[in-house]
Parts: sequence; structure tokens; C-alpha cells
Amino acid sequence: MAQDYLSIALIFSGSVLCLIGAFGIIKMPDFITRVHASSLIDSLGAVLILSGLAVYSGITFVTIKLMIILALLFVTGPTAIHALVNTAMHDDINHIQAKDQKDSSSNI
Amino acid sequence: MMTGALIAMMIVMLMLIIRACLGPTLYDRILAINTFGTVTVLTLAILGFFMGRPDFLDIALLYALINFIGTIAVLKIYRFGNLGGQDGPIEDSNDNPVHSQPSHSNNKGG
Repeated sequence: MAQDYLSIALIFSGSVLCLIGAFGIIKMPDFITRVHASSLIDSLGAVLILSGLAVYSGITFVTIKLMIILALLFVTGPTAIHALVNTAMHDDINHIQAKDQKDSSSNI
Repeated sequence: MMTGALIAMMIVMLMLIIRACLGPTLYDRILAINTFGTVTVLTLAILGFFMGRPDFLDIALLYALINFIGTIAVLKIYRFGNLGGQDGPIEDSNDNPVHSQPSHSNNKGG
């Protein structure tokens, strides 16, 4: 019973975090802030959902597969996002800075 | 529980497809597709438990690998122009005439 409740809590938390991250990707105004919103899905949402599935399945061979997927996502997700933002900053640095300054000046 | 998580994942994938369709720049689209791949991995894992066949985790693992390789390949081919790497990078040097030219950085997206 406690195992079921823990898995329900983990999967529900992960689903809510994924929904919040997707809503942020839709509604955020700039590219960097969208990266911030997507990191919610990439890091904590995936970890919570896969941990919930691992708790749900018990200690079997499936748990090892889930841990392998979790470790892979935990390493490759931030690496891909780092490469993406690095390419964006090298390519489009003037545009991003100008847009940020324009937004901040309009807000102030 | 699994049904609710699957419905949440479908909503997330729909919102990411909307951002990938109307993203202003190229990087918004790549970001949306990369996150879509992560959510696809989660959906495959949940779907395996939903259908009572956890063998789907192998497909999820394969999709995670292909998603990472695909994102890095698209970024490299956009920044360097090829995947082999004989031409070298076109940045980080002030006396590089390629960098001082008006490049294609103003007409991306669209």
C-alpha cells in the first residue's frame, strides 16, 4: 500500500511538473526563458516520473532498465541544452542582447 | 494513475508541437523537438506499464539515445556546416574574415 501511494505521489508530481514546463514553453517571451522552462521537464519531471515507475514495478529487472534510462536522460538532457544555448549565443548574441535590453527598458 | 499520466503527457506533447510550429527562431524549434523527445521517452515508459508490457522500456532507451544524437547532429550541422569537421569552426577568432561578414544570422526562422 505504501508503495502504491508513493508511486502515485511521484508520478502525479512529475506529471504536474511536465505540464507546468510545457505551459512555460508556450507562454515565456524569450528563448532563454523558454530554455529555463524546458529544464523543468528535462530534469525534475523525467526523474520524478521514472522514479515513480521504478517504485511501482518493485525490485525487478525492469527497475534496472528504468535506472539506466534515468541516468541517460540525466546526463544527455543538460548536455543537449548546453550545446543548444552555446550555439544560440555564438550565432545570435547581438539579437538576444538587443531583445533583452529592449524588453527590460520597456518593463522599466 | 497511468491513464492520468498518459493524458498529461499527451497535453504536454500537444503544447510542445504548438511551440515547434510557431517558434520565432530556429532554436525555439530545436528546443521544442528536444523536449518532445524527452516526453516521448516518458510516454513510452508509462505506456509499457499501462499495457502491462514493460518491454517497451527497451524502445524508450533507444529513443533517448537517438534523440540526443539527433539534437547534437542538427546543432553541429547548423553551426559548422558539416558533420565531418574538416573546415573547422567559424568563430572565436577576431581576424577571421568569415566571422566579420554579414552572415545568415538575421534571416533565420520564418
